[in-house]
Amino acid sequence: MSLYAYSLLSIVGINIMLAVSLNLITGFCGQVSLGHGAFFGAGAYAAALCAVAGMPVPVALLAGLLVAGLLGLIVGFASVRLREDFLAVTTIGVGFLLVGFVRKQSWLGAEMGISKIPASGLGPDGNAVMILLFALATIAFSLYLKRSWMGFAFRAVADDEQAARTLAIPASTYKLVAFAIGTAIAGLAGGLYTYFTQFIVPDSFGFILSVTLMAMVVIGGTGSTWGVVVGTVILTLLPEAFRFINEYRLLIFGGLLVLVMRFAPGGLAGIVTSATRRLRRA
Amino acid sequence: MYYLDLTLNGLIFGSMYALMAVGLTLVYGLLRILHIAHAAVYAFGAFITVIVANATGSIALGIVLAMIASALLGGAIYRLLYQPLLVYPPYVAMIASMGLLVFMEDAFRIVFGEQGLTFRRNPYPTQIFDIFGLTINAVQIAMLVVSTVCLVALGLFTTKTRMGVAWRATVSNPTIATSFGVDAIQVRYMNFFIGSALAGLAGALIALLNNFVEPSMGFVVSYKALAIIVLGGLGSIRGTLMASFALGLIESFGTIAVGAWLDRDALAFLFLIVVLMIRPQGFAGAKTA
Repeated sequence: MSLYAYSLLSIVGINIMLAVSLNLITGFCGQVSLGHGAFFGAGAYAAALCAVAGMPVPVALLAGLLVAGLLGLIVGFASVRLREDFLAVTTIGVGFLLVGFVRKQSWLGAEMGISKIPASGLGPDGNAVMILLFALATIAFSLYLKRSWMGFAFRAVADDEQAARTLAIPASTYKLVAFAIGTAIAGLAGGLYTYFTQFIVPDSFGFILSVTLMAMVVIGGTGSTWGVVVGTVILTLLPEAFRFINEYRLLIFGGLLVLVMRFAPGGLAGIVTSATRRLRRA
Repeated sequence: MYYLDLTLNGLIFGSMYALMAVGLTLVYGLLRILHIAHAAVYAFGAFITVIVANATGSIALGIVLAMIASALLGGAIYRLLYQPLLVYPPYVAMIASMGLLVFMEDAFRIVFGEQGLTFRRNPYPTQIFDIFGLTINAVQIAMLVVSTVCLVALGLFTTKTRMGVAWRATVSNPTIATSFGVDAIQVRYMNFFIGSALAGLAGALIALLNNFVEPSMGFVVSYKALAIIVLGGLGSIRGTLMASFALGLIESFGTIAVGAWLDRDALAFLFLIVVLMIRPQGFAGAKTA
């Protein structure tokens, strides 16, 4: 396979990790987060600092996971007190805050970012395999989580927080757990991204990325792991397959978000579900 | 004098935030939707102003047409996008709104070009006045005057006229208002028309001040306006005005204080997060709607 194919696979894998982890927060637990890109960035920067300091790959990846998860725990802790609309705006704010902060930090490379990050030593093919394995693990984890008791609790909280509380489900704790798990996976993806590009700049982790991730989740179908995976693969490969689309990428993503929400709020997964239901009835 | 200048600057920016945010807070009050695409309406107003002013030579005509066009755009967004989505959970409309913002900003980029547009003739930003040692230009004076007039007029409208009272009644409790004979649909249209016209006006004034409009001008403003209405307690006009001016001042002074290690735009959100930690219901939000 060519270098291009490996890099494409790597990007797909990273995006799957990001969208599926955002789906844990938004789709499973009903918390709209519009700052997921920032946690990805936090993981990427943590891993990059570790890598530059000469630490081995697993340590750097773990650092990315922990830093992003810890940050997610802090933001989540602050935001479980907030209603959903407040949370959406707060997460946008966290995204802007982190990117704005990094931009001014000389020890993080400021606007120029961090370059000359040591390679993972696996080569492009090894990197792609590692990323895809992590992506598969994320999908498996998400599928398992949805069927677990905790997954049911998440959905109870998402459907009706008050009702969940009366069933003795500690809603705040579960919201916090969902946020921490989702952001930790995003941080891990950030570490993988660092080894993939060996060069990171603050602007890659800004609001546009967060919107793109939300588009992947929503277009695939919030709450459906496979829907999100399909949505992610489509939205990642579409601009690659049609070069001319790349110029109009944001126009198309934005337009898709509007159209999907307007005509099929359940996304692709929702369309499939209602179609199979109709077929069964026929 | 330096601090007075900073204060004045903060108040001027605050007044623009207020023009933007009032429309948002009213939409939230009526529909419980975070109308993120409001910022695209603001950018749209700015573009219309420049285009009309350059085509006709009259900036005043540009501003008037921008307000009308923005009002119509806002009404269309309500009719075509939000009204059919009201049956779903609020995040559906919010994500659609965010998609619309991204879509419109990119459409501006494709239609008007990456570089943006400038006025062919705009003498006002360089007309500088010296008032008791404070330097202020003509556009800044216009901003203060216009926003004060608009906000006072809005206040009078909502307290003194029948329509305005119906509007406030619908914001605070749609069901009861409807049972008292208020036409909720009419109120919603009026709300989008007025709020969007004010956003278009804010866009026009910012365009005059910078002598420049660019496709992404709405992005940062939209999140600041969201931060402001959240700070104001979502749906409270008084809280929104307080938060607008507070943010204007905080940015003005904060840039001097912490500008070395934090972006001016990030400052707004630091402020937002700190306030929400202390008061999760915002400045004026007593009710938990």
